[in-house]
Amino acid sequence: MEMKRVMLTSGAEATIELRDGIILKSRAPKRYRLKEIDERLRRERTKIEAKLIAEARKSGVPTPIIYDVMNCEIQMEYIDGVQLKHVLDANLSERIGELVGLLHTAGIIHGDLTTSNMILAGERIYLIDFGLAYFDQSTEARGVDVHVLFQTFESTHGGHETLIKAFTRGYRKTFKDADDVLQRVKEIESRGRYRTERL
Amino acid sequence: MRRKSKCVLGIEGTAWNLSAAIVDQSRVIASAESSYHPVEGGLHPRAAAQHHATHMEQVIHDVLAKGKKNNAKISAVAFSIGPGFGPCLRTVATAARALSLSMNVPLIGVNHCIAHIEIGRWLCNVADPVILYVSGANSQVLSYRNGKYRIFGETLDIGIGNALDKFGRYAGLQHPGGPKIEEIARKAKCYMPLPYVVKGMDFSFSGLTTAAKDALAHAPLEDVCHSFQETAFAMLVEVTERALAHTGKKDILLAGGVGANSRLMEMLNTMCQDRSAKFFAPDKAYMKDNGAMIAYTGLLMLESGAVLSVEDSAVRPNYRPDEVEVTWR
Repeated sequence: MEMKRVMLTSGAEATIELRDGIILKSRAPKRYRLKEIDERLRRERTKIEAKLIAEARKSGVPTPIIYDVMNCEIQMEYIDGVQLKHVLDANLSERIGELVGLLHTAGIIHGDLTTSNMILAGERIYLIDFGLAYFDQSTEARGVDVHVLFQTFESTHGGHETLIKAFTRGYRKTFKDADDVLQRVKEIESRGRYRTERL
Repeated sequence: MRRKSKCVLGIEGTAWNLSAAIVDQSRVIASAESSYHPVEGGLHPRAAAQHHATHMEQVIHDVLAKGKKNNAKISAVAFSIGPGFGPCLRTVATAARALSLSMNVPLIGVNHCIAHIEIGRWLCNVADPVILYVSGANSQVLSYRNGKYRIFGETLDIGIGNALDKFGRYAGLQHPGGPKIEEIARKAKCYMPLPYVVKGMDFSFSGLTTAAKDALAHAPLEDVCHSFQETAFAMLVEVTERALAHTGKKDILLAGGVGANSRLMEMLNTMCQDRSAKFFAPDKAYMKDNGAMIAYTGLLMLESGAVLSVEDSAVRPNYRPDEVEVTWR
């Protein structure tokens, strides 16, 4: 039987391949960096990613189902939908806020919350690419997580203030420490070099 | 006959290098510079400003004389208004205001970081790249969208050049440490793990610098230099690659003085090859701080009407590149 193989994306982190309806995410070696650094990062990130995808799902955040993990490759469910960066609006941003709130309640930091890493499939928003995710319950880690998303809103989407406001609404709904984190986000923003609006 | 383009005089002096140049639409017509080299330790803002004040007359005299030989008629005076050391910025701004008034031409305040980008785009002829800007004080990944250069990721503490210099000084190397570390790293025998800190799209170098200093107690300098560079540059290239993937852009432009490091260039080049992206870097003379980048960006701003009155020309030591309204793209 002939296998159907399609290369979906070659992202910065990994290559995503669709093989017989299953997603294969593999972290190919990066030639630009030293082998020692490369192997350390790829191995650690693959193992942690698989674990976190499963944990996030348990906490109520739609993520792909994991089928298998080996070396630097994860086999998981294929989510057929559209990246949020192409369809983002305030309503969706509020729902992102709810999901990130659930994630943070479960003690999970995504680590790369961009609108490229969210897929709208039917009625559900799936979070994908947990390649930089980790467990952490600190306000700081949660703040950086949200800060990254706000940076994406600002750098890639128009009307980012509305999107941020909508996100905040959703985030507060599902996460009791939301206000502490949002306060920290402001402080983190002021840390980048030369920010004029200091707290 | 070619329509004669306007000429702009630009003065750079945000930190170590006082540099002036005259450019027109097609080329750098004249340039002159004088660099401040600390006898010991690192850059001292006041000492650097005193250097600039002492050599300003000579540098301006030289560049204007060279310009005159080439029949350059100055249409505007541009200066780096920030970011940079306050005393240095004020020295340069004073000279620029005086020149603008005496020549009776418009005054233009140029953002130093944006100037690094624009000279690179000009000389490398690249329209819309993702930019990795690495210098002593700054480390940023930027990309243009909708009237501004947006910052995708940046250092959360010190610039990569500053990190290298700090470590270099601790290791007994003279300022600037970067080039010496690059040289010494070539003789390394092995890599030792150092903190690899990428937080989202941002990076941090101060913990790495401390760890590298500590490592000197039990490891040879060559190995620590090598490990420092490999770790820090891998962080920069990783974020740059992610910006490339996220924006879908196809070109990378390297800017800033640390861009002269050949290992960093090699790593970026390899990353670009593997992603079928193109890697661009201007000549080293135009990656370090230089007057031509201020003059050229000044020319772009002049043509889009972004000129300043003397009253509004106060320097901006904390001027971020994402605050600049890009009126010329």
